[in-house]
Amino acid sequence: MSLAARVESDAQLARLLQIGVVLEEVVEVRAHRHYQSLPAAERADAVEDLLDEAVEESAEHRRRLESIIDALDAEEVPVEQIESLVGEQYASTRPENFDGVLYDQLHGEETAYKFYDDLITAVEESDVEFGVDRAHLLETLREIREAEAAGVEAVAKLMEER
Amino acid sequence: MNTADQYLKAIYLVQQIEAGPASTGQLADRLEVSPASVNEMIGKLEERGLVEHEKYKGASVTREGERRATDAIQTYCVLERFLRNVLDVDDFRAEARQLEPVIDDTVADRLDMIIDREPDCPDCFDAEADACGLLEIESD
Repeated sequence: MSLAARVESDAQLARLLQIGVVLEEVVEVRAHRHYQSLPAAERADAVEDLLDEAVEESAEHRRRLESIIDALDAEEVPVEQIESLVGEQYASTRPENFDGVLYDQLHGEETAYKFYDDLITAVEESDVEFGVDRAHLLETLREIREAEAAGVEAVAKLMEER
Repeated sequence: MNTADQYLKAIYLVQQIEAGPASTGQLADRLEVSPASVNEMIGKLEERGLVEHEKYKGASVTREGERRATDAIQTYCVLERFLRNVLDVDDFRAEARQLEPVIDDTVADRLDMIIDREPDCPDCFDAEADACGLLEIESD
């Protein structure tokens, strides 16, 4: 085993990016379900916009991660299977009220931010020559991380306004 | 999971196997690090109130240390089960160990939303095998 938080091979990098894809898919599907589960009276435009943007943004992040995974010759994540797993578990993990929806969204974005932040550090700590361009990899991950930070801010702002 | 939590997990598991404190040598073997590194980290964990250390006997986790150790075991269990059940990884155990240092417990909590973990997890963890006691690696 290794105690070091660094990426040591292409295979490990691909696996971590696959986890990123899953996290994005979880955010995407849950945001969509949250919106569907909101009572009509709670469907404010601001919330609709926020959840819509979250779905779009996660889909874009997922595509960017998938293109790197593809360049590493690793297998694609079975996205449809993830979608159905999130759906199956949603009933037992769904937020109970509107504030819970926003909190879940906040938690999803914060978790994604933490994941990318740790992954960037683990890539920076590594001296392995990856099968993809390191500068492009880090640039992509940093951009996604910043988008997650903006997402956290947007949800927090909406929560404050309520 | 940070290095401190990996140490707490190892100390807690060695304690379970030995029914007593974890020695520096046992921890060094388990974590594949030098005895000097183990002693340095034990000193830090002791200062933070997570570990108690008795000279010539070894280290034991405090109540707070145990809480963090079981959280760390749970994070590892989520990873094993996620890799095996969702990503269909054959050698999920080896990969879980590789990924463990990079995956934070908040990330594991999110992955936990899509896997079916047993209700008594992580109490069913196999300390000797250092792996989930319920998931078996399929032999060829």
